[in-house]
Amino acid sequence: MNVPTMAEFMAEGKQPEVLFWVGCAGSFDDRAKKITKAFVKILQKAKVDFAVLGTEEGCSGDPAKRAGNEFLFQMQAMTNIEVMNGYGIKKVVTTCPHCFNTLKNEYPGLGGDYAVMHHTEFLKQLLSEGKITIEGGIYKGKRITFHDPCYLGRANDIYEAPRDLIQKLEVELIEMKRCKRNGLCCGAGGAQMFKEPEKGNKDINVERTEEALDTQSEIIATGCPFCNTMMTDGVKNKNKEATVQVLDVAELIANAQEL
Amino acid sequence: MQYLPNILFALLLFCGIGFFVINVRKLIRNIQLGRKTDRSDQKGQRWRNMARIALGQSKMVRRPIAGVLHIIVYVGFVIINIEVLEIVIDGLFGTHRALSFMGGFYGFLIGFFEVLALLVLIAVIVFWLRRMVVRIPRFWNKEMKGFPKNDALYILYFEMVLMILFLTMNATDVHFQEANSGNVISQFITPWFQGLNPATVHAIERSAWWLHIVGILIFLNYLYYSKHLHILLAFPNTYYAKLTPKGQFDNLASVTAEVEMMLDPAADPYAVTSEEEADGVPEKFGAEDVFDLDRIQLLNAYTCTECGRCTSVCPANITGKELSPRAIMMKTRDRLEEVGKNIDKNGSFVPDGKGLIDTIKPEEIWACTTCNACVEECPVSIDPLSIILAMRRFQVMEKSAAPQELNAMMTNIENNAAPWQYNQLDRLNWKDEE
Ligand code: SF4
Ligand code: SF4
Repeated sequence: MNVPTMAEFMAEGKQPEVLFWVGCAGSFDDRAKKITKAFVKILQKAKVDFAVLGTEEGCSGDPAKRAGNEFLFQMQAMTNIEVMNGYGIKKVVTTCPHCFNTLKNEYPGLGGDYAVMHHTEFLKQLLSEGKITIEGGIYKGKRITFHDPCYLGRANDIYEAPRDLIQKLEVELIEMKRCKRNGLCCGAGGAQMFKEPEKGNKDINVERTEEALDTQSEIIATGCPFCNTMMTDGVKNKNKEATVQVLDVAELIANAQEL
Repeated sequence: MQYLPNILFALLLFCGIGFFVINVRKLIRNIQLGRKTDRSDQKGQRWRNMARIALGQSKMVRRPIAGVLHIIVYVGFVIINIEVLEIVIDGLFGTHRALSFMGGFYGFLIGFFEVLALLVLIAVIVFWLRRMVVRIPRFWNKEMKGFPKNDALYILYFEMVLMILFLTMNATDVHFQEANSGNVISQFITPWFQGLNPATVHAIERSAWWLHIVGILIFLNYLYYSKHLHILLAFPNTYYAKLTPKGQFDNLASVTAEVEMMLDPAADPYAVTSEEEADGVPEKFGAEDVFDLDRIQLLNAYTCTECGRCTSVCPANITGKELSPRAIMMKTRDRLEEVGKNIDKNGSFVPDGKGLIDTIKPEEIWACTTCNACVEECPVSIDPLSIILAMRRFQVMEKSAAPQELNAMMTNIENNAAPWQYNQLDRLNWKDEE
């Protein structure tokens, strides 16, 4: 894939319109990398002038902050801010709601002020500007449910952008019992992704997956690489991987347009 | 001797209100044990939130049955208490129904109060049934044993009794019934007292009158010890609630100073890093005890109604973990009260070797997914998550006591800028992989 970096843009004395913040999961996790690539394909199709930081990007610091390690968080934040400010970045889009929340809300206080968008908002904007078109394609008529990532939904009150995009796929969008501001967490947030759950009688992702399966959907859509992992594990736990797929909104759009 | 009832009444009122004022001052003193926070911004938005959430009960009705019942009790309670004004005038000056000179309007008011009283009575009975017969699970979590459970019931009984007294008082007031204006409900109770001699009826009326006002004063003074403090504190609490996006956690300024120094080789390592350190006391990171929380968090603790809505939506609690956001608030309040009593006894706080970390356990704070469901759900805008985070900060930054796997994750971030062990130089490899 041809993915330009900020350093390359800089070398040519140019400035891209938007920085695509890939995030750690999007860079390293095998499943999440597919989301990254799907999003890049859409960006390329829409001829968006974008770049990534590549090896100059570092963890946003979200898991450290939520784990209570404010030192490490601020170290990461300030390092990233220095890099981004060095490139004069104004606009950022990211496929990870955790990076989105951190960059949008917590970086400004440390000197990093950017217009930050989650990729579902960004895609919706591309759609309304006519830069992309979305048709159902292989998903036409399918039953889909959307799992709200906490850091997109409650944390930042974004509920409609991903749903509007999914609706465009000519599918039947079925809401889970707990959705939007009542959405149940997948269990990954607050650095839980990186540890075993505390003692209890059930795993949160299984509870959530059961609810998603109750909608009889063939696809569980989400907008977060961590939710994706949790829900995928949940589906496996319920032995439903043959019939139920877990996909990011970006993947749905890229696949439907056969990108 | 003729003025004895008036004097008695004045004394009662004085003690009732005086004792209440003492407790309110204690409450304010305890809240001020917390750290200062600046919430003086966006006044317009804050007033609007207070009007909408506390006065307008907008978040209560998200659960329609409880919400509507609660509005009845709340509106009824506030409005019927206008009647207290008349009781106070009558009590102090020995008048009888001093405001009845208003004629038809008076009848209208009392009639309205009577209808509300009946509605409140019904609502309170339904509340009792929900708790005790339907046994809605959120009222039966393990933190709801003992006093918290009884507290809720006492209040329901109290309101039932007060409403019955109010209606009885009206029903046995011969003049009031004869005037036949405003006795919409009580006229149906009056016949129950027929056949009793007039002196007895009068005695019943007087007793109901006295018990009603005594009851109200007791209720007022019970508030401080009860979850019912929310009827007052919901207002400041919704006013001061966080206005920034729920996902935004505060950046610790004391840390910023140190991080800037670490990243800037030219910085003076001996430079004073924060206000508190200027006094020679190194700033503590995070919360180990109530003193380390901020005043809003302590106000939150006193405001909590123990309704359990937060706990009923908490993913950790739903899946059987130790964590219950309601318990976090209750434990914070209990500890704050313990500290308050310590101060009452000793003049100033004498270290007791205890702290919030002794009641809120690591397995609770480490079960939180920071999902904000509790914050979203709380009808009075309490933020249990902020206390959980403050306690995590203490565990990690002061005690280095994070769970093993989290330490590994953080070491990775430190070494290679990702929570896993991947080389930062491989960050863009995905673009060439198939
Ligand atoms: S933020 Fe934490 S305490 Fe609150 S509901 Fe979510 S997991 Fe429970
Ligand atoms: S924190 Fe709020 S939702 Fe939770 S029990 Fe207290 S009042 Fe109810």
